[in-house]
Amino acid sequence: MIRRRKEDERVHVAAELVGNTLVIRLQGELDMHTVEEFKHEAERYLMDKRVKNLVLVLSKTSLIDSSGVGAILGRYRTIKERGGTMIAVGLRPVVKRILKLSGVLNVVETAESERRALARL
Amino acid sequence: MQAVPQDKSRAGRIPENEVQLLFTSKPENVGFARTAVALVASQRDLTVDQLDEIKVAVSEAVSNAVIHGYRDTSGMIQVDVKLYEDELEVVVTDKGTGIEDIEWAMQPTNTTDKSRMGLGLSVIKEFMDDLTITSRPGAGTRVYMAKKLAPASRP
Repeated sequence: MIRRRKEDERVHVAAELVGNTLVIRLQGELDMHTVEEFKHEAERYLMDKRVKNLVLVLSKTSLIDSSGVGAILGRYRTIKERGGTMIAVGLRPVVKRILKLSGVLNVVETAESERRALARL
Repeated sequence: MQAVPQDKSRAGRIPENEVQLLFTSKPENVGFARTAVALVASQRDLTVDQLDEIKVAVSEAVSNAVIHGYRDTSGMIQVDVKLYEDELEVVVTDKGTGIEDIEWAMQPTNTTDKSRMGLGLSVIKEFMDDLTITSRPGAGTRVYMAKKLAPASRP
């Protein structure tokens, strides 16, 4: 059976390994439905135990709700266990507010650009 | 559900626009609901941030209905959107399990679903100007939320 790409896919997750840092570029909206795609992709790369840090590029992420926050904190726990650092990049105002409200920004660093984030690691 | 809604629902006032959505409690429909509500809201001159706030609040209320209202079962979720001159009103209703203790549910870290950290209602409180929940165990839950809008400028 040929699996067609779902038309209602509201999120696009691109991941890339830069040294021991995983860079995830998230495009679209992160909610209880689309979060599954994000978790799946992140876990696929995090299986590689060499991955220590995570840079989450959110400049094209238009929405994160509390399900999205839960998924981000879940990945943070993995990075913390490995003694790594997690940096979120390019937060829109409302995305920033929800990450602040939920305490994510107490543990996850922020950077203006992907380049600056990588330079810090 | 309580007979008299405790919220500031505008009985007698006629909204500028009114939309009613009815859909199955599927995670896929959370995006549909917030996009539809934002489309109604965007008939007014709102900032991107205001629209984002409305979308997130709707996302939380509908996710609550899917996750808590119907849990492992499935049912219908109704969203009533009313656009008034100075306010957007959104009511999300489910016929699910209901909430035993609303005050407990309103406390930030209290939750029966750890994957969302009990954040849902705190997020709605942060992004909307009014939030009232009425619920009866076994009958369902009604979440009323409203956001103040600057009156439309008339040339």
